[in-house]
Amino acid sequence: MPEMSEKKQTPSQTVGPFFSYGWTPQQYGYDHSDLVPGNLVKDGIQGEVITIQGIIYNGEGEEMKHAVVESWQADHAGKYTELVAKDKFSGFGRIGTGRGDDASYRIRTIKPGQVDEQQAPHITLTIFSRGLMHHAYTRLYFSDEVEANAKDPLLQSLPDDRRYTLIAQRMEGEDEVTYRFDIHMQGDGETVFLEF
Amino acid sequence: MKPFTPKDKDSHPTLIHPPYKSSNLRSPSKNSIIVPQTITELTGPQFDASALGELDNDLTRNGRKTGEPLGERLIVTGRVLEENGKPIPNTMVEVWQANAAGRYIDLDDQHEAPLDPNFLGAGRMITDKNGEYRFLTLRPGAYPWGNHYNAWRPSHIHFSVIGPNMMTRLVTQMYFDGDPLLKYDPIYQGPPDEARKRLVADFSLDDTEEGYALAYRWDIVIRGHKATPADA
Ligand SMILES: [Fe+2]
Repeated sequence: MPEMSEKKQTPSQTVGPFFSYGWTPQQYGYDHSDLVPGNLVKDGIQGEVITIQGIIYNGEGEEMKHAVVESWQADHAGKYTELVAKDKFSGFGRIGTGRGDDASYRIRTIKPGQVDEQQAPHITLTIFSRGLMHHAYTRLYFSDEVEANAKDPLLQSLPDDRRYTLIAQRMEGEDEVTYRFDIHMQGDGETVFLEF
Repeated sequence: MKPFTPKDKDSHPTLIHPPYKSSNLRSPSKNSIIVPQTITELTGPQFDASALGELDNDLTRNGRKTGEPLGERLIVTGRVLEENGKPIPNTMVEVWQANAAGRYIDLDDQHEAPLDPNFLGAGRMITDKNGEYRFLTLRPGAYPWGNHYNAWRPSHIHFSVIGPNMMTRLVTQMYFDGDPLLKYDPIYQGPPDEARKRLVADFSLDDTEEGYALAYRWDIVIRGHKATPADA
C-alpha cells in the first residue's frame, strides 16, 4: 500500500478545565447529549449491581473537582462487549467528579467476571483533568476477591507496599453494594498508575 | 490479539511540567508501572452511527437558538492514523472549543468575553472508511488564564480520540499555524520540540468551500499494531 508510511504519535495535551459540557453534559445539567453515561445498569442486566465511588486527591490532599473517570470492564461473565449500544451493557462509562465541594465520582455498574484464567476481576479506570498532560491509567480490583487477587499477575508484580492502592473496599449498603476507590495522584499512598 | 506499540516517550510531554502550574500537584510523581497487554487493554469501546446526532459534526448549527453563531467559519478535517500509517476507520472523535470571543459555555468559565447564544462549542463524529474526520466550526478565540502574568491560551480546538482499544486513547489539542501565542504557552510547549509541531494544523486551500468557509487540515496519529516479523 503506497500511501502507508511511518508516522510519529500525536502528543497528548491536557483535557483542560472546560470539558464537562462536552463529555458529561447530563451530569452537569447542560443541554447536550451524553456519549456514554456513568450509570451502566440497564433493565434486565445480569450480575451483581454495584456502585464504585471515590474521591480523586491532588498532591496536597485536596479533592479534585472537574476531573473525569472513564471505566472499561467486562460483563458479569467476563466478556468484553466493544460496541456501545443504547440498549445493551457495554462496559464503557464516563463520569465526572462534579463542581461541588463533595467532589467524588460514582459509577453504577455490575461486578465484572474473570476475563481469563489468570486475572482477578478488575475494571480499568482512566483519569483526565486539568493539570494532567497525559491521562493516567489505573486498575481497580475488589477487596472481596482475596483468592483471585492473590493469583493475579499484575497485582502480584507490584511492590508490596503499593498493591493496596488498587483494591477497592467493599461496603455493604442497605440495598446495593458500594466499593470505595479513592485515587491519590501524588504523595503518601500515591495510586499505582499503569502503562502497557 | 496482536500487541500494540508502546507510548512513545519522545512524543508526549512529561507528566509534571513545572511551567504548567497545575501539573505540579495533579500529575503522578512516580513513574507508571509497565505491565503486559492483556485482553483488557487490547479491547475498547466502539461506536456506530447510532451514537451520533444529525448536527453533531456541525458546530455552526448544533447550538442555534435564534440565529447563526458569530465568527469565521472553518472546516477542520484530517485523518486518524496508526503509527505505521494505516488509517483508522470508524473511530469516535470528539471536539470542543471556545466561541469566537474566547469563551466556553462551561459554567465555571469566568472570562469576561461574551457567550454566543447560538454556539455550543462541542461536537462528535466517526471517521470514515479512509480514517477521515471532518467538521464545520468557527475559529475559536484566544482566552486568558491564570497560569502566569498575562497568560493567554493560543486558539485551539480540543480533541478526544478513542481508537481501536484502551491503549490508543488520546486527548489532545489542535493549534493554528502562525499563532504568535504558541511560543508563550506552556501547554503547547510541554511536548518535546519536534513533537509539538505535530499539534499545529495547516491551512488547506483545497479543503475550503468557495465563498463559505476556510479550512485547516490536521492528521492525528495514535498507537498502532506492532510490526511482526511476518509483516516486515
Ligand atoms: Fe481550551
